[in-house]
Amino acid sequence: MSDLRKIIIDGDEIEVDPRMTLLQACEVAGVEVPRFCYHERLSIAGNCRMCLVEVVGGPPKPAASCAMQVKDLRPGPEGAPPEVKTKSPMVKKAREGVMEFLLINHPLDCPICDQGGECDLQDQAMAYGVDFSRYREPKRAAIDMDLGPLVGTCMTRCISCTRCVRFITEVAGVPEMGQTGRGEDSEITSYLGAMLTSEMQGNVIDLCPVGALTSKPYAFTARPWELTKTESIDVMDALGSNIRVDTKGREVMRILPRNNDGVNEEWLADRSRFIWDGLRRQRLDRPYVRRDGKLQAATWNEAFDAIAEAVKDKTVAGVVGDLVSTESAFALKQLIERLDGRIECRTDGAKLPAGNRGAYVGTARIEDIDSAQAIMLIGTNPRKEAPVLNSRIRKAWLNGAKVGLVGENVDLTYPYFHAGTGREALAGLLDGDHKDALGKETVVIIGQDALRGDDGEAVLAAAMKFANNTESRFLVLHTAAGRVGAMDLGCVTDGGMDAAVDGADVIYNLGCDEVDMPDGAFVIYQGSHGDRGAHRADVILPGAAYTEETGIFVNTEGRPQMAMRAGFPPGDARENWTILRALSGRLGVTLPFDAIGMLRSAMFAAAPHLARIDDVPENAWTLVEGGDMTQADFGSAVGEHYLANPVMRASTVMAELAKLAEQRDHPMAAE
Amino acid sequence: MLRRLHPEQPESFAFTPGNQEWAEKQLSKYPPERKASAVIPLLWRAQEQEGWVTKPAIESIADMLDMASIRVLEVASFYFMFQLQPVGSVAHIQICGTTSCMICGSENLIEVCQAKIAANPHEISADGKFSWEEVECLGACSNAPMAQIGKDYYENLTAERLGEIIDALGRGEVPRPGPQNGRFGAEPFGGLTSLTEGERRYSGNASVGLAEYGQDTIKRIDGTEPALKMPMLDSAAPVATAGTETDSVQLMDQPEPVEDDGLDAEKPETNSEHKAMEEAAEADEEKVIGKFDEEEAEEVGTRPETLTGPRDGQADDLKKIKGVGPKLEESLNKLGFYHFDQIASWTEEELLWVDSNMDDFKGRASRDDWVGQSKLLAAGEETEFSKRVDDGDVYD
Repeated sequence: MSDLRKIIIDGDEIEVDPRMTLLQACEVAGVEVPRFCYHERLSIAGNCRMCLVEVVGGPPKPAASCAMQVKDLRPGPEGAPPEVKTKSPMVKKAREGVMEFLLINHPLDCPICDQGGECDLQDQAMAYGVDFSRYREPKRAAIDMDLGPLVGTCMTRCISCTRCVRFITEVAGVPEMGQTGRGEDSEITSYLGAMLTSEMQGNVIDLCPVGALTSKPYAFTARPWELTKTESIDVMDALGSNIRVDTKGREVMRILPRNNDGVNEEWLADRSRFIWDGLRRQRLDRPYVRRDGKLQAATWNEAFDAIAEAVKDKTVAGVVGDLVSTESAFALKQLIERLDGRIECRTDGAKLPAGNRGAYVGTARIEDIDSAQAIMLIGTNPRKEAPVLNSRIRKAWLNGAKVGLVGENVDLTYPYFHAGTGREALAGLLDGDHKDALGKETVVIIGQDALRGDDGEAVLAAAMKFANNTESRFLVLHTAAGRVGAMDLGCVTDGGMDAAVDGADVIYNLGCDEVDMPDGAFVIYQGSHGDRGAHRADVILPGAAYTEETGIFVNTEGRPQMAMRAGFPPGDARENWTILRALSGRLGVTLPFDAIGMLRSAMFAAAPHLARIDDVPENAWTLVEGGDMTQADFGSAVGEHYLANPVMRASTVMAELAKLAEQRDHPMAAE
Repeated sequence: MLRRLHPEQPESFAFTPGNQEWAEKQLSKYPPERKASAVIPLLWRAQEQEGWVTKPAIESIADMLDMASIRVLEVASFYFMFQLQPVGSVAHIQICGTTSCMICGSENLIEVCQAKIAANPHEISADGKFSWEEVECLGACSNAPMAQIGKDYYENLTAERLGEIIDALGRGEVPRPGPQNGRFGAEPFGGLTSLTEGERRYSGNASVGLAEYGQDTIKRIDGTEPALKMPMLDSAAPVATAGTETDSVQLMDQPEPVEDDGLDAEKPETNSEHKAMEEAAEADEEKVIGKFDEEEAEEVGTRPETLTGPRDGQADDLKKIKGVGPKLEESLNKLGFYHFDQIASWTEEELLWVDSNMDDFKGRASRDDWVGQSKLLAAGEETEFSKRVDDGDVYD
């Protein structure tokens, strides 16, 4: 490209985009610049002064590299490229000065601070700090605030980088934090001590470069160096956020986001981050068999015997739940097929057309939202269904995209054009003139609630027709992490859920807790938590939760991603596919795989795109036919944001968040 | 200083209708999507109205500007000029404590405040009328030590004088702002040592004049005050009316500048007051001060007898009077004055009337002693100035 600029950084000449900041250019050159306030995904504040560099020939003072662009530099003599030094004595002295000021009021808390070991200030003090203090005056101390059950505060440690303020304002879109006062007395606060309400607030813990904002549930439980880090995938929503699961022994101690620009950038919703206490409670750790109307603990053999007896010469139906990996779904499908049964994954009744991947996944990628100039949301509340995706839509809006909504008129943290609440409004959109939208990048996002009604097919057809008319990309926003994978594997029955379980004598319920099983049937529940599904079961087989087995999940845009095992399931619980494999042997229909590798080979043969991890396949665009729409209004696919699946319902943190949310929404009812 | 919202807050806040109108005009200065720019003017107006910035005020301004409350709180807590706690009902006294004032004795002034008002800054006096604080340099170092009381500066203070001022304010009076030791402005106390030509025509400097004109030194602003000119809003309707202006003055418990004496002179009077406002905004010192002469503001005088035309069709050359140029001569003729003897016969009262009715040259008649000059000229004698006029030195 011709519009690149040459710049010399520490003697190396490189070519960079002139709009880059010096700090970014230094990173291109492989030079690390220390920083506290600068963050790639937030606006530039330039207030920590740690990133000072020397601009040769510039003003005779160090420049904040995060706030100066390459194009702002003057060329050297005789047109030589501008030169920046990051390791000169002047820079070192300047940074040492900044560090000394930062440390003046910073308490020597490191031994009792949760950030210890992963603290930017600690790390950078090793490079630029001095080993003594010249400061003899009283130190500043700040009053801690109560930001709610997630974010613990120790404001004396705060170095006023304002990353948290910028995140809450810009990304979360809920301007409830700020920096009040000035000078020595400036303090980071929420408005008049209110608790944070954002469903993304946990990210400020990661953003805080010091230990001022820490994780309350994780407080004082582990040191970063004693944790085993496992890179995995989140299943609390269908976004498939990339996470890192930190375990100590067999316990999950915390969950942190991993960067993936195509999915979650580097954010994580609170319900994904603080879910880990739900992995310890209400766990099924041994098989149960219902005897005389009561569930009683049993051995695996007793449970298998009971199943073998119940299944013999009976109609079997398999139900694939929301948090099931593709491997488990595939294994169940194989088992059910061998028993001549039916299998279904669309447990909530969503009218997703089998086989038409362009219609049940869509053609848009999550990244397309960034560059979209217009986004139409149909029958969805992305803030509830996938908070990280919602902040991505917000980012598009900040970049000038127009957002429209057909559905519940709710606060999405950005203004939108509200076209109407129901199906009539969607029908109205089809009649409209869309010349403005043509030729632009546009995305239509449809939520699960829109597809759940009896007229789900018609709504899907209308939405796809609208996307077709506007030449938009189409994205189906799922709420169940396992749904797309199960659809890819063909875990469907004509007629949907009702047809699948109708008349079945035995229902094999693989982790489905959101839907009641029909009366009369013999229900085998295989899952991780003692929740609704287990209560209705006749036999309970304890399975692994998502952090306890490896599995491929396909997210809402159709991207297969692999979750890794971070720990072992409790007690007698086993990985889900091994249970199915063992049971198949007992039932005399042995499944042809003895290891996860063999299972995957068979699965990849059935659905080749699953083998291409982290690759979003292009889907064919085939319009679907639908009948007439009713007049009903759209709602949201997720009732209680913090209580959407069995893991969340087992978590005390989520229970508290749900209670606080309820109190905010209905202050009188909570009295 | 750690600045937090006061623990006791009023229930609600609303701008008075006048202030609301003013605030909306402020918003019109900015593009709609940038209306948050008006946050400082609006907070300031809220403080002028209430005396301090309250939590309901912050929230209502946040609503007006589509800002988050925390953003407004950030601004309000950043600037020390915003009082985040209640202030005295009569006045909040800000003593400058920076170097110049400190050297000249601001610490004594603070002692006065501590004795007369309250021991601590931002504490309200027992009678609820006063509060005080020490502030950073207010930029009147040449008149140190000084205090800002309400909107105006009281300069060259002594502890004794500050005590008197506080007492007077407590009695409902508003002492004259400006230097308290007889200085006009920032000139040497012993009088001018250079640029001594010319005479001082007014007893107070421009800001004193503005204070006395506006009568708003310690007034809680409610939007009915005569507004200074807002050039951006030329198309807007006139902001103040004669009636509201009078109201505001009455609120001050001060003598009315416009006395209704039943003469048709009243209307031009108020008009000229409007002009005065505009001129004040233009900071045209000479003209403004001319109008702010105290005696003038109190009395309008009586209308002298006038003629409809010059006797015998032959008017005197009024330009011979020092201070009367061709333009003024025309004005005088228009008012019905054509002869020296007419002017010579003006009584004190009549002189006042003329002073206040010479549209653009208020106060000049008495300043330049037209009466005395005319007496001489009417008697056929000459003045120094008329000689020069006769010689053709002055007018072509």
